[in-house]
Amino acid sequence: MTRSDTAFTPSAVQLDRVAWRRRQTIRSILVAALSTAVLGALLVFAVTGAPGWDRVRQSFLDPSIAADALPDVLRGLWLNIRLLVFCALGSLGLGLVIALLRTLRGPVFFPVRALAVSYTYTFRGLPLIIVIYVLTLGVPGLRLQGMPSVLVLGGAALVLTYSGYLAEVFRAGIESVHPSQVAAARSLGLTYRQAMRHVVLPQAVRRVAPPLLNDTVALQKDVGLVSLAGPIDAVRAAQISTAEHFNYTPYIVAGVLFVLLAIPLIAVTDWVTLRAARRQAGR
Amino acid sequence: MTAVLACQGVRKVFGSSVVLDGLDLEVAEHEVVALIGASGSGKSTLLRCVNLLEELDDGTIHLDGSHITDPRVNPDLVRRKIGIVFQSYNLFPHLSVLDNITLAPVRVHKRSVSSARAQALELLTRIGLADKASAYPDRLSGGQQQRVAIVRALVNAPRLLLLDEVTSALDPELVGEVLDLISDLKRDGMTMVLATHEMNFARQVADRVCFLDGGRIVEQGPPSQVLDAPVEPRTQQFLRRLAPA
Ligand SMILES: Nc1ncnc2c1ncn2[C@@H]1O[C@H](COP(=O)(O)OP(=O)(O)OP(=O)(O)O)[C@@H](O)[C@H]1O
Ligand SMILES: [Mg+2]
Repeated sequence: MTRSDTAFTPSAVQLDRVAWRRRQTIRSILVAALSTAVLGALLVFAVTGAPGWDRVRQSFLDPSIAADALPDVLRGLWLNIRLLVFCALGSLGLGLVIALLRTLRGPVFFPVRALAVSYTYTFRGLPLIIVIYVLTLGVPGLRLQGMPSVLVLGGAALVLTYSGYLAEVFRAGIESVHPSQVAAARSLGLTYRQAMRHVVLPQAVRRVAPPLLNDTVALQKDVGLVSLAGPIDAVRAAQISTAEHFNYTPYIVAGVLFVLLAIPLIAVTDWVTLRAARRQAGR
Repeated sequence: MTAVLACQGVRKVFGSSVVLDGLDLEVAEHEVVALIGASGSGKSTLLRCVNLLEELDDGTIHLDGSHITDPRVNPDLVRRKIGIVFQSYNLFPHLSVLDNITLAPVRVHKRSVSSARAQALELLTRIGLADKASAYPDRLSGGQQQRVAIVRALVNAPRLLLLDEVTSALDPELVGEVLDLISDLKRDGMTMVLATHEMNFARQVADRVCFLDGGRIVEQGPPSQVLDAPVEPRTQQFLRRLAPA
């Protein structure tokens, strides 16, 4: 067993090593701070010194117009957030189901497999805008009873398209799990479904978590496309406000809000990626 | 008394190569049989066929007198009665040692989590790995992983345990601890078929040694006879090549 460390005193060599590493760390931080400051100063100088800077500042960075546009853009952003949550969950679920259908073996499931394959081909190939138009403009034309709102139809279009991508990500994960894992599970008496559920999927999902999250970040920007069919999202709200003021500042407001919204998601993605890389290196 | 395992005329073909060519093998209760033979002679293939991981091209396999290679038999039910341990451990990397061991008892045999855990801990204590119960497989040494894999196969209380070169991926110092565990199992009366390249291992634990060549068992008998005084020329040749000159 490993001995406990209580009675350990580091040697002079080790103390020297630790001290040297600490000095190196402090030096690196100072160098980084200095080079950042220099680069920042240069950038500010270059931009504000440009001949057209005053005009650009007036038409893109007007504080009073920003304050005026903010409430509308925020209201639009709330729609983006609700759509994002609904569509992310929907396409993750549907994508997983389609990936699983594609892995089914046996002649009975041939039509199911074929359907799943053509699904991923179709919706990865079809431009999202066309799917949105077809669902939000075409489907209501059927005048069926109990037709959902345009917003729901637009969300469904996003789910259809994104689940096509996510299904392929899930499938890559499932196929990356070595067949010996399935053999080991089956040899313990687990059925195919149990092996999938308890052995293959947990490993697969862990492996593809970074690309899945990455697609969610992309989805965050694409949900705004439902505004093509009428609902007002943040970008559309900014567009309206821009037209009212003859000034582009509302776009900058919307842009900043989008970045702020993306930061937590991107940070989580980076963290998960890093953790996955560490786990790989750990073996 | 019927044999625990009975293979009759087992044939297995991969493409154009005939790996098993009408092989016969019977294993009695509490018997330990070692399969030896050159690399590629079909030892692993035979074990995989018994565990229904491969489909036969001819012949039959019976377990406790019931025909398991009948296509109408549910392979999941058969596999629950047979434990198999592979050369490359194949522990589940996303599960702790304890969860690796209790997965089948809980999911397949519908045992309660607490009783499965208690039994798993008891087995881990027996092999001296109780303090690793919550560790993940990648934190264990090769010998420790292989012992966990054996314990994982044992919690199902199998009628038959198949071991495929369980020591060949291990450093020499680690081989001993795995061999000790297998000797313990033999003492407890476990029926085992093991493929091995280590003649000393076969000599220590096996009641009977079978030499595979050309898809059949060419020679079999107690270790002292097959390993020390083989009569078949092919067995003699195989052993001569192994022995340090
Ligand atoms: N899935 C497969 N597809 C094609 N050929 C295979 C397959 N599995 C095994 N073989 C072939 O069958 C033969 C027997 O392989 P097997 O693994 O049973 O040998 P072995 O006796 O276990 O050898 P070793 O001692 O090296 O483990 C080999 O020639 C191998 O290439
Ligand atoms: Mg082998």
